[in-house]
Amino acid sequence: MNMAAMISPLVKSVPPSGIRKYFDLINEMENVISLGVGEPDFVTPWNIRESGIYSLEKGHTHYTPNSGYFELRKEISNYIHRRFGIEYSPENEILVTVGGSEAIDLALRAIAGRGDEVIIPEPSFVAYKPCAIFTGATPVIIELRAEDQFRLTPGLLEKFITPNTKALVLPYPNNPTGAIMKKEDLLKIAEILKNKDIIVISDEIYAELTYDGEHVSIASLPGMKEKTVLINGFSKAFAMTGWRLGYACGHPELIGAMFKIHQYAIMCSPTMAQRAAIEALQNGDNEVKAMVREYNRRRRVMVDGFRKAGYDCFEPLGAFYVFPDIRNSGMNSEDFCEKLLFEERVLVVPGTAFGQCGEGFVRATYANSMENIIEAVKRIQRFAAKYNRTGF
Amino acid sequence: MDTKNGDFNDDFTQEILEILENNSKYTEEQIAIMLNRSVDEVRAAIKTLEENNIIAGYKAVINWEKMPREAVTALIEVKVTPQRGRGFDKVAERIYRYPEVKACYLMSGGFDLTVIVECKTLKEVAFFVAEKLAPIESVVSTSTHFVLKIYKENGTVFEKKEEDSREAVVL
Ligand SMILES: Cc1ncc(COP(=O)(O)O)c(C=O)c1O
Repeated sequence: MNMAAMISPLVKSVPPSGIRKYFDLINEMENVISLGVGEPDFVTPWNIRESGIYSLEKGHTHYTPNSGYFELRKEISNYIHRRFGIEYSPENEILVTVGGSEAIDLALRAIAGRGDEVIIPEPSFVAYKPCAIFTGATPVIIELRAEDQFRLTPGLLEKFITPNTKALVLPYPNNPTGAIMKKEDLLKIAEILKNKDIIVISDEIYAELTYDGEHVSIASLPGMKEKTVLINGFSKAFAMTGWRLGYACGHPELIGAMFKIHQYAIMCSPTMAQRAAIEALQNGDNEVKAMVREYNRRRRVMVDGFRKAGYDCFEPLGAFYVFPDIRNSGMNSEDFCEKLLFEERVLVVPGTAFGQCGEGFVRATYANSMENIIEAVKRIQRFAAKYNRTGF
Repeated sequence: MDTKNGDFNDDFTQEILEILENNSKYTEEQIAIMLNRSVDEVRAAIKTLEENNIIAGYKAVINWEKMPREAVTALIEVKVTPQRGRGFDKVAERIYRYPEVKACYLMSGGFDLTVIVECKTLKEVAFFVAEKLAPIESVVSTSTHFVLKIYKENGTVFEKKEEDSREAVVL
């Protein structure tokens, strides 16, 4: 049998992730500081881990309701209201998923299909485009610009809306740029969507990690709750990536459709993780605040480090990434990353991994210890002194 | 300068303390970058904290168990009769002045002072309790417990450091 011929063309049309080669490189090297890891370096706070352990001791090892424990959905409902001022009913407007990842996939599958267009601003998280393609829909890429601080502007958005546009992915706070959208930025987007039947898939997984005021959700703006599916999760806010737990909130009809897929494809999210997540929402605020304070200090050290190395770096106000412009090095993103890895043993990710318009930029995460960041910055500055074309 | 708790209750000061409490080796320049302030501001703030004895010292957290050094640590519960007009402070002072006393706390509950002493040998601890501590006139009784193993000291866990077990690249 020719196996390749058996694979669905939709799946085949998505190229394999270009990042594998770094794994192979780095595995053979010692003393590498990786600023390429898109997850918290913190271990899940102990009280949350302890709840997970306790749930195992009590024998909570069975399926939960398909949409997640009602108690957890109630806590999510309280949390979203408390933090972002939006009310969702735990009865039928919240679905607990296997990470934000599943929620993204479900939302796209529930909304889009052949003939539909899904607008995806880039640079952004690598899952949106393939997930859109897997539904049969056509991804429509908006290339964000450094001069807009990588925000989605109404002018850009308007140009790409067609009668076939079914959904807009709104990825803020953003991976990889660290960009955020403030209320005034979101109001302009809401204005454009006002009389259009377009659903906003708002990926707010980094909502807790903002450094200039509180995160604002587009779903909290007048008229937007109904049109928005809000995606969030425990991975980044509570340092719970390995627990695989996220959620989606939205219109009962849409959540119902997502529920249908989830029910048959997944059954339910991990039971132990759900128990731990209840503890996270009930007693996690102080730990989250402490982590945000620490991220913020590292963020400043890293931004300062890249700027002093001679690389333009707009101030990222969310998530845990900086996205410096490295063109002053005279290299493209890939070469920069490879050389930096070989010569200084610092791993950053080429901006092109997050969309073609990421060329000229690299992503570096400050989800690493302060000691490592200080050392990495030193190495980057030494590298820059060697290669930069202007000023150091 | 007279200090009240409220005087140092701003975020800037709190964060300086949070940073230094975790790692007192950061330079003023590094802290200035972390907090987006000028080096002068950071220097002045730290100086004020030192002058007010809020930052009372900078010390390494040492896991002596890894060193070839004889040491015995004991936690002693002490009951005392408070002295008229001076409460517990005077007795406490007579105790904590001894260099072998590493820590001394006034407690609520069944006894009054927790005294942590560190000596070279068990015998020395016994000598300290019998010859120095117990004879103090307001000391009513003592109860000595020896430390067998230190798991965590000053917020630092004395185990092998946990390795970063994350994948090298996650997009
Ligand atoms: C923007 C964004 N959304 C979603 C996710 C998925 O997170 P999870 O599935 O762990 O909730 C990530 C993970 O890196 C991300 O960066």
